[in-house]
Amino acid sequence: MRHEQIETNSGLMLLLILVVISIGGLVEIVPLFYINETVEDVKGAVRPYTPLELRGRDIYIREGCYLCHSQQIRPFRDEWLRYGHYSLAAESQYDHPFQWGSKRTGPDLARVGGKYSNQWQVQHLNAPRSVVPQSIMPNYPWLLQTDLDYSDIVGRMRALRWTGVPYSVTQAEYDRNVKTFGKATADLLDINQAQDTLLKQARDREFDGNPARITEMDALVAYLQVLGTMVDFTQYDEGYFARFR
Amino acid sequence: MSDNMQHPQQKTGAVQTTGHSWDGDLQEYTNPLPRWWLWCFYGTVIFSILYWFVYPSWPMGKGWLKGYGTVDYTITDKASGKLLEKKDQPWNTRALLLEDLGQAANDPKRKEMLAKVQAATPEQIVKDPQIMEFVRSVGKGLFGDNCAACHGQGGQGVVGLYPNLTDNDWLWGGSTDKIQETLVLGRKGFMPAFGAVLKPDQLDDVAEYVLTLSSEAKPSEASERGKAIFQGQIGGCYYCHGADGKGIASVGSANLTDKIWAIVNVPAQKTLQDKKAQIAGFVAKGVNNTRIMPAWQNRLSPTDIKLLAVYVHQLSGGK
Repeated sequence: MRHEQIETNSGLMLLLILVVISIGGLVEIVPLFYINETVEDVKGAVRPYTPLELRGRDIYIREGCYLCHSQQIRPFRDEWLRYGHYSLAAESQYDHPFQWGSKRTGPDLARVGGKYSNQWQVQHLNAPRSVVPQSIMPNYPWLLQTDLDYSDIVGRMRALRWTGVPYSVTQAEYDRNVKTFGKATADLLDINQAQDTLLKQARDREFDGNPARITEMDALVAYLQVLGTMVDFTQYDEGYFARFR
Repeated sequence: MSDNMQHPQQKTGAVQTTGHSWDGDLQEYTNPLPRWWLWCFYGTVIFSILYWFVYPSWPMGKGWLKGYGTVDYTITDKASGKLLEKKDQPWNTRALLLEDLGQAANDPKRKEMLAKVQAATPEQIVKDPQIMEFVRSVGKGLFGDNCAACHGQGGQGVVGLYPNLTDNDWLWGGSTDKIQETLVLGRKGFMPAFGAVLKPDQLDDVAEYVLTLSSEAKPSEASERGKAIFQGQIGGCYYCHGADGKGIASVGSANLTDKIWAIVNVPAQKTLQDKKAQIAGFVAKGVNNTRIMPAWQNRLSPTDIKLLAVYVHQLSGGK
């Protein structure tokens, strides 16, 4: 009897269970890789993170920010009114892994970039209750005290390049980036000058208020300030993105 | 398993077993499923097939089965407000949101009032009690989402960091128009650092003079020396703060003659010496890149900004 053969052969049963439960996942996920409208056309507005922003993102992940903050504004009226335009797939196309999250203990951060000043971000990360008395967010005082380790930035960018993020190593890749993003942005994405790019952005923008020192705060604030700011939604009519679903 | 939990039909042999037996005597019944359960199950199967045809479902080649369900939404030209198209969009949550926002069927009052806010000037809104009631209720939510993180839930601000919006003292002007301008473009506070220009005792003298402006200190020899620096070329403080020290809204300089302190927390210091030290220390450092009000023009709609400007204006009683 076949029933008995399967139930008494754990190796075979394991294999068959894997086949059955993967059908649902395959049907839902695989088509997204070849359906044209999966990622919206935003005319190259979304670029990969600069080296400094990338380090900030790594710190965001290291500190577990994603456990309490999502980065995904859903197309609902209340979210639209509170956070702004719903998130696009295009906006996280270079995120590996994406930070959409599924739990909001704190507010969504998908469009937090530019909403507050750098100084507010620094103070809020240091001591959240000094600006938002009812906040339950922990203090992150070490960000401002720890020098940013950027020695391995080349390795981090190369790893992402391997997953398909258009950071450039060769001249051909650089030229392609110039064509897609323009020269100024292509320079930011060039792995060969990654360290200089990182140092320049940290010094020019003074994210943590102290140009003399480059701290983890610089990187994290640089990352937070770019979130959700790349697509200029005034360029598109309201129905444009609905056509991609 | 105790005897009383055994199936009542077991003894009669009416229920069949699956035919397996484990460990010699373990067997498994094949009781039929309850009818009501079975019909619910068939019902869900039929429901799912109907669902495929109404909502987006199966992937098909480069696209997918979009379903026969549609959403009506209108697209209006942003600049002119002219209706461009109205169409049946295959059902999806983004179109559904547009329909919701466009028709606002669940909130016609809100839409009507927003249209009134859009049409009126801030001065007209302030004079209309009905619109003001709306501004207070909606403005509270907008303020909480966008402004409260810095300025506090009630607009009280944080001394030294974020201006108090309730005290009717305005760095950049307190008319509704000026507040609207501040919201649209943002502001960047700036004061040069005098630490390299003035010697410590000169800083001290300037601090003493500044305190006399708001009657925190009595005029003295030191304050006279400070006055010469403040009003003269060496300090040049009057460029921005005005010869009378009342501040100039177009450059966002503080009024030094009132008892309201936006940056240096003078009221918290007990002795004159401490007050002077606080001010001298601040004048030495100045303000650069630390007092920045973000621009909201790309984040909020013009109507929302106007509404917020009126809301902030009324927080302080209005100037």
